[in-house]
Amino acid sequence: MMKSEREILQDDRFMLGGREFHSRFILGSGKYNVELIKAAIEQAGAEIITLAVRRANSEGEGNILDFIPEGTMLLPNTSGARNAEEAVRIARLSRELGCGNFVKVEIMRDSKYLLPDNVETVKATEVLTKEGFAVLPYMFPDLNTARDLVQAGAAAVMPLAAPIGSNKGLAAKEFIQILIHEIDLPIIVDAGIGRPSQACEVMEMGAAAVMANTAIATAGDIPRMALAFGKAVAAGREAYLSGLGRVRENGGEASSPLTGFLRD
Amino acid sequence: MDEKQQERSSHMKYLEGMEQIESDILEKVITAREKYRPGNYTSEDVRNGLNAEERTIEDFAALLSPAAEPFLEEMAQKAKEETEKHFGNSIYLFTPIYISNYCENHCVYCGFNCHNLIHRMKLNPEEIEKEMKAVAETGLEEILILTGESWKQSDVTYIGEACKIARKYFKMVGIEVYPMNSEDYRYLRNCGADYVTVFQETYDADRYEMLHLAGHKRIFPYRFHAQERALMGGMRGVAFAALLGLSDFRKDAFATGLHAYYIQRKYPYAEISFSCPRLRPITSLEREGTAAIWEPEETVKERQLLQIMCAYRLFLPFAGMTISTRERAGFRDHVIGMAATKISAGVSTGIGSHSEEVEKQGDDQFEIADNRNVIEVIAAIKEQGLQPVMNDYVYV
Repeated sequence: MMKSEREILQDDRFMLGGREFHSRFILGSGKYNVELIKAAIEQAGAEIITLAVRRANSEGEGNILDFIPEGTMLLPNTSGARNAEEAVRIARLSRELGCGNFVKVEIMRDSKYLLPDNVETVKATEVLTKEGFAVLPYMFPDLNTARDLVQAGAAAVMPLAAPIGSNKGLAAKEFIQILIHEIDLPIIVDAGIGRPSQACEVMEMGAAAVMANTAIATAGDIPRMALAFGKAVAAGREAYLSGLGRVRENGGEASSPLTGFLRD
Repeated sequence: MDEKQQERSSHMKYLEGMEQIESDILEKVITAREKYRPGNYTSEDVRNGLNAEERTIEDFAALLSPAAEPFLEEMAQKAKEETEKHFGNSIYLFTPIYISNYCENHCVYCGFNCHNLIHRMKLNPEEIEKEMKAVAETGLEEILILTGESWKQSDVTYIGEACKIARKYFKMVGIEVYPMNSEDYRYLRNCGADYVTVFQETYDADRYEMLHLAGHKRIFPYRFHAQERALMGGMRGVAFAALLGLSDFRKDAFATGLHAYYIQRKYPYAEISFSCPRLRPITSLEREGTAAIWEPEETVKERQLLQIMCAYRLFLPFAGMTISTRERAGFRDHVIGMAATKISAGVSTGIGSHSEEVEKQGDDQFEIADNRNVIEVIAAIKEQGLQPVMNDYVYV
């Protein structure tokens, strides 16, 4: 009997930094509103929601902590940091705020495309893992950097699929695939995913989880798009676990066999 | 375990002076080898493995299985595509040079084993230089230095001197000597060595125990970790091999591939290569009558050897692969460019046989099946439409 979507999610555990999750959809934090968070949790089944510490550190209106229901893990991020030192300070601040040991390291030196700085990200990861953080570094999908992040003790690697907020989809597909093949940590695809079909595709490729925000936040019907993302991520995961069928090639047989020389 | 086995020292226990490193690769490889059941794979598994873009460990297991035998032609076609993709038309040339055949090990299948009454010999530095000069004059730019495994007769300094001499005549220097500690490898690297070849012989620890009765080589895990220690010592590349036929050859090939795979994942910059020797007539059995101890139960056929080579190529398409002179010329000429990327030429496995000026002659390790010199091998490479390459490396 086929499993229901809920059963699939129940069976397939996702371990991250020593904690167990069932949902492989993570809500990003760029564009927040109550409706989006509600939809992500209720419709897409999100168990992790990222939190920009710089926005949580507000005493007045707009402190997004007020919108996060209990039972959902907040993943503080270091957005706004321009180098490793700033990221480390923000991470420590998040721990002081009671956000736990998880931190998503985001370091950008570029305000136009918001591309992550891989070198500084490795440095911050080294420092923070030594301080006991479960570090989830957001990075440009580069294999050498990913290996450095493994060495630095990261809990996962979070490559971008396309520039953040662009909804451009899997622009970095080939490089993400290399990370999935070569890196033993969970690969969480972060940033740039614009459609549920792209989330599905990257899960089929073997990504451990997908993070999205803008794609849902800017949709015409937010709850409905959240539902679509939840289903797409689960479908992609199920396809990956079941093993994709082969694609039959059309190429003809070689004219002269290569093995005619064998004697026994 | 029989009584004789109990009397022998443990093959899993390190001897004094042997460096122990932290590594989980041995456990991963040996566990996977034990679990591998070649008979459990189907033609569908093989098709999936053939058509996969990035092949998994399971695909590799399927490609090595008996189920893949009817697909050998397809495997060869795919392997050729991968080889061309990664190596183009290039075929690298080298020759081995044996500088000493003293050995302290008792390996029942080997011509150099310490109980064989062969003519023992070791070249002095002047003789090594004459030999190397003679090899260099054939146009070769890569050399592989070999010794029997004697820590006493060919100590690290002796091997280091040979590397220094080799550096003068060659652009690429490999060593195939006894496993040593990482600091020794670092010393040899500084003397000019570029890569290290160690044959594990078999990854079946019980069979290994039975075949390696005495000497440092008896210590299975120390030998297993040699490539990793070599890389820790700064070597640029490492080569892997099982002597196919000592135990279940499919399982040994599977373990060899996994060993290389895990090393590459842990040391991504390392240059990885395979040798693919299969057991040939056993000199020590013939000479000493040690057949009573052990006789191979299965010989590896040519088509099975080719299957293994293609499986290596399909699993790790970027890895180098050397074809030995244990194989006949007709086999070697066809596997280059298809799976193999490196071929030896002008080979002798005896001591002091390259230069006419060196009078010493020590006995051979094994019989070779391809006696062609460098000119003849170059012609054969060109005949296949391939490009002979003497060197593509600069020592820094």
